[in-house]
Parts: sequence; structure tokens; C-alpha cells
Amino acid sequence: MIAETGLAALWLAAGLAALQLLLMVLALRSALDVGRTIRSVAVVQGVLTLIAFAMLLIVFARSDMSVALVFENSHTQKPFIYKVAGAWGNHEGSMLLWVTVLSVAGAFFALLSRRTSERTLVAALGAQATLALGFYAFLLIASNPFARLWPAPMDGRGLNPLLQDPGLAFHPPTLYFGYVGLSIAFSLAVGALLTNEVDARLARAMRPWVLGAWILLTLGITAGSYWAYYELGWGGYWFWDPVENASLMPWLAATALLHSINVLAARGALRAWTMMLAVIAFSMSMVGTFLVRSGILTSVHAFAIDPERGTFLLALLAIYVGAAFILFAARGAALKEGAPFELVSRETGLVINNLLLSVILGIVFLGTLYPLFVEALSGEKLSVGAPYFNAVAGPLALILAILVGMGPLLSWRRERRPILNQLRVPALIGVTALVITIIVAPGMTILPRLGLTVAAFLVGASILPLVARNPLRAPLATWGMVVAHFGIAIALTGMAMNGAFTSERLAVIKPGETLNVGPWTVLLKDVTPTAGKNYTALEAELRATNGAAVESLKPQTRYFSDPPTETNEAAIDTFWNGQLYTVIGKPDPSGGWQVRLWWKPFVTLIWAGGALIAFGGALALLGRVWPRRKREPDWRKERYA
Amino acid sequence: MKPKNQRLVLVAAAVVALLVAVLLAMWGLKDRASYFYTPADIAAGKAQQGQAMRLGGMVERGSVQRQPDGVTIRFVVTDGQAATPVLYRGIVPDLFREGSGAVAEGRLENGIFIADTILAKHDERYMPPELGNLASERKAGKTLAK
Repeated sequence: MIAETGLAALWLAAGLAALQLLLMVLALRSALDVGRTIRSVAVVQGVLTLIAFAMLLIVFARSDMSVALVFENSHTQKPFIYKVAGAWGNHEGSMLLWVTVLSVAGAFFALLSRRTSERTLVAALGAQATLALGFYAFLLIASNPFARLWPAPMDGRGLNPLLQDPGLAFHPPTLYFGYVGLSIAFSLAVGALLTNEVDARLARAMRPWVLGAWILLTLGITAGSYWAYYELGWGGYWFWDPVENASLMPWLAATALLHSINVLAARGALRAWTMMLAVIAFSMSMVGTFLVRSGILTSVHAFAIDPERGTFLLALLAIYVGAAFILFAARGAALKEGAPFELVSRETGLVINNLLLSVILGIVFLGTLYPLFVEALSGEKLSVGAPYFNAVAGPLALILAILVGMGPLLSWRRERRPILNQLRVPALIGVTALVITIIVAPGMTILPRLGLTVAAFLVGASILPLVARNPLRAPLATWGMVVAHFGIAIALTGMAMNGAFTSERLAVIKPGETLNVGPWTVLLKDVTPTAGKNYTALEAELRATNGAAVESLKPQTRYFSDPPTETNEAAIDTFWNGQLYTVIGKPDPSGGWQVRLWWKPFVTLIWAGGALIAFGGALALLGRVWPRRKREPDWRKERYA
Repeated sequence: MKPKNQRLVLVAAAVVALLVAVLLAMWGLKDRASYFYTPADIAAGKAQQGQAMRLGGMVERGSVQRQPDGVTIRFVVTDGQAATPVLYRGIVPDLFREGSGAVAEGRLENGIFIADTILAKHDERYMPPELGNLASERKAGKTLAK
């Protein structure tokens, strides 16, 4: 009954989405006031999807093997938390989560949004319902999560230990919330284009949603990067894997949108541009979902052979993106002119930011999809990895990081002050860093060296917007910007340090022998068998000393029986100045063990920077939805932003 | 700047950005994409010496030999038609076994494939994409009767 309840809720929600779309059409064609009705419909639709998702959680929690999805992906012996998390660790479940977040976001938007005109709100809710409708159809026709099995099997097949990991259980939902949060920006843009109300009010209504989605995407990417770092045991934090790029592309687009939306909110300029970015940002979310969920990454041919799901998703993508672009082409030219600005102004700075981010996005997009195109067209197989992305996008990212330090100093409309003077101190810090790297590490490669230089410059430059005034009286949004930009400098420092100073050792040593890496001397004390809840393991005991501290690390090789799998559990020790990363490999006939060690100076700054960037976003969001000085007119708050 | 001109400048800037992205990507992809070869491709001389590439196939049973330093292995990758010897220094991934599929990243030197990385993913159902292709192509050959 539980599964059937879920399915029924899903059908009802789909019906309501259709009704919501109908109401929107009615409201736009006549002067009919449907505001209250459409809001209630959106809320009920959100509640229904929540019910459907709750039902899926329940069948997974109870290990109801008569549901095909549970049989395929769960097992009665699984730890409870992973039974529940297993609900969205598969194709159907994750698509249901996607739709649930989409509808719940729509419901919250219907409840909370007071900033746009009623007409635009109705149009946006209609657009949101159209999006949801397509994905309901996808679930109900091509990916029913509640399908039953008869007779019910005794136990499930899904006990993959590698998927039993907190990082993997909670990282995809974070990304999904971010992906789907951008749908509101998309719907608002479509709605405003339909009603011809693209203005500062719209930007202010859109901004909290974009900020919220962007924060979650930032957190999701940061957490995903750390997960890959500790779980894969390769010591790397970003592999330019298509799945990783699928989360990076919406982030790049959302970052650009986040900046251009401020121009629209503050100055009423960049109207068409911002609408375009809102459409692109959610399109990138859909591209990401398509890449991950269609199976096309595994093989273009597999995709062509078992096309139902992939083609369905591709059709949805084409319809939504195509329709939005056609609407944009029809209405974009008729948009009112934005407020003028001069060549040297905050607006120009943000336009350059947007252009650079768009170019980087284009490079990542083309690099990610190129292998798919080539294979589909010529059958030739190739892969595009770090050498391409680092060489082509890396220098642009560095240029962008330099400009990050300069843009916030410019004032709106026109800048007449000599702002370069303010940058003397940061420039001095940067040059000092450059000189130090030349003296300390003459053999360093070019990209890390420039990275450290730019990061040092940005550490100084990013806090300048708070220096020129009383920092305590600065608006929260300004604080948010400063913290996020400072976070970029921190993350860049971590990446450059890791790139330049990582030392690695790989050797076979016997118990009692030592190996040196960086400042550490690591002694292999012993290797002993041990066991966990559903695995047996070999655990190495390592003693690391650097003269002052003595640390104990215990990396493991784990063996799972069902299905037979082996995993490496790295042991990582974190210090203020870096991480000691240890992996135990295979035994050697001589009685020794393969041991792999890394000393990674300041690598933690990468994720600390990511967290700071997200925290800055959170501050800005708080400042936007909850303005401190209530009575101040909007233009005033905006001017300081 | 007049509003009309401003819009023109912005549109022009967007178009230039798009062009720059495409040109940069094309320039980068020209020599930084690594092609995938099977041992049969290498035997046929399709692969250039020293160029970054991927090699995929099955690890031949009984071919894995450990070198004296304990961390370097030699093995043979085969696709049923030809075989390529591979040299790899590092800890082999969890799912690397004789008789199962593997993809190695590296370059060809004097007929030996020097691997920098051996690929395996965090899911036992995961097949390195290129091997998945081989399997599905065989399937496709049957269903489509090419």
C-alpha cells in the first residue's frame, strides 16, 4: 500500500502541475485573478511530492523487497542509515528527489514571494509547473520508482560497500538542491519575459533563490572534492571527471548570474543579459542531470541502444531550453533600455566578470561534451582531462582572480577616483610573494607560481571594501562579498601550494622500517587483521615523526564479501600546515608492504576556501532577505552593495 | 555612451566571448585530448609513440609480474586479437584483477605502454567507459546485425 500511495501522490501532483499551467495561461490571456488559487495549487503540489518521497523513504527503511527499486538497490543487512540514503542513491529515487525539490521550491516560492507583481508571479509559477510536468512524465512513464515485483524476492542485491559512505549519501542531495534552486531563477526569467516586467524588482525577487542555490552548489562541489580526495586514495582533489564538470558548469553560470543580478537590482541595467544567464544557469543544471542520469557517459552506444531514459531527458532538455531561447529571442529585443554606465564603472567590472566566467563555462562545456560528439559522429574514442582544462581554463581563472580584487572598488555608473592607488599595498604583497617563491623554490612550474602571486594579491585586495569605511556599519551583503572573495584567495593558495610542494613516496617496506616524506619520517610498526560491521580488513599501524610531534596513522585495506570488493581507506592526519596522507597497498612476497605517502602542505586551504566562499554567500543571503536598516529606501541599500 | 550603443557594445562583447571560448577550446582540444586505443589498434600502428593516450582491454591471466622494487608491475593487456605489455609503478586500484577489464592512461615507449594511472571507479558495476563501449558494440553488432 505504501508504494501505491506514493505513486498516487505522484499522479495527483502531475495533475495539479497541469492545472497550474492551465491557470497561468488563463491568467495571461484574460485579466482573471488566479493569484490565490495558483499559489494554493503550487503548495499542494509540493506537499504531494513530499508525500511521494516520504513513501519511498519508508519502503527503503522497511526493506520492502516487493518494490523493484528496493530489491535492486538495498539489502536487509545494510546499516539503517544507508538503507534510507539508498532511496536516492539510484536512478529512479534520485529523479524523484529532483522532482520533489523542484515542486517544494515552487511551493516555497508561491508562499514567500512578495517582491514581484502578481502577474509575473503567476507566470513564473506556470513556468515552474511546466518544468515539473515534464519530469513527472519522465518518472511516471520511463522511471517509475514504485514498480512492484511479484513474487517478492527474499533479499535485495544492493550491498555495495563503496556506496555506503556518508559523503556519497549526503553529497548528491546538496547538489540537487542547488541544481533545482536555479529552476526558480529560470521560471522567474521566463515569467518576466512573458509579462514584460524585467526590472529591478524582478532581480530582487530572484536574487535570494540564486544565492541559496549557489551556496548549496558551492558546498556540494567542495564536499564532493573532499570526498574524492579521501575516498579514492589518489591524493587528488579534482579530476575533471565529466560528473564533476556536471556540477561545476551550473556553478559557473550561477556565479555569473549572481553578479549580473546585482547590476539589474541596483541599476536596472543588463536586463536581457541577466535573463539570458538565468536561462543558461538552469539549462546547465539540466545538462548536468542529463549527463549523470542518461548513461551517456558510460557509452554513447549504450545510450543509443537503450535510449528510453536518455532520449526522454534529452527531449525535455531540448524543449525547455529551446522554448526559453525562443521566448528570449522574441522578447529580448523589446526589453527596455537599461540605465547607462561609463566605461570605467562597477557595471563594466561586472560585465567583464560575466564574460570571463562565460568563456570558462564554454571551455568546460565544450571539453566535457567533445568526446561524446566525436564518438557519436566518427566512432573514435577519446577523453579530455586535466591537461586540457588546466591549460585552457586555468590562466583565465587566474585573470579572473586578479579582477576579483579590483571590481568591488569601482563605484556604480562612473568611477572618477584613481582606484589603482588603493591597490598599491595588495600589489606589493603579490610581488613579495612572487619574489619569495623565486628564492625558495626556483624550480616551481609557472601556474602554481602565478597562483601564489595572485592569491597573495587577492588576500590584500579582497578586504579593501571594508577598509575604507567603518567595517561594523557595512551591510551584511558587503561582508558576504568580502568573505567570499577572500575565500577565493584562500582556496587558490591551497591549490597552488598543493601543486607546487606536494611530496610523494611509494615503496615496499617491512615492519620496523621507515620511509621519509616531506618533513616526516614514517615507521611501519605492524600490519594486523581487523574487522568491521560488514568487512574484514588489514590495518597498518604507522608512526610518523617530524622531530616535534609523534602521530599514529592507521590506513586499511578493506575486503567486503557481498559483492566481493576491496577498498583502500587512506589515513589522513591534519596539521595547521598541511596533511599527511597515507595508503597501505598490497603485501610483497619479501614480507614487506606497499606504502604510499604524501605530504601535502596547506592542502586543507582548498576546502577551507570553498567553505568560506559558501559562508560569504550565506552572509549575503541573510543581508538580502533580512535588511538591517528597514526604513532605508531600496536605492540606498543597493548603492552600498 | 548612448543606451543604444551600450546595448550594441554588450551584444558584441557577448559574441566575442563566445568566439573566444570556442577558439580556445578548439586550440586546446587539438593536442590535449587523449585517444583511446586497444591492443589491436596499437599492433596495427595506429598509435603514435610518446603521445598521451589510453589503453584498454582485459588483463591477461597469469601475466601480472611484480618487479624487484615491489611497487612496479608488468602485465599484458589483450583484446583477443593482440596484446600490449604494460609497465605501471604504483598501487593498483581495488578492482584491478587478472582476467578483468582495465584502462590505463600513459604513453607508448618502444612498444611498452608506460602507465601513469590505472583506472577503476568506486562502483563495482562501473565499467571504464571505453570497455563499456566494446561490450555494447558487440551487443549492437548482434542486435543491429551490422
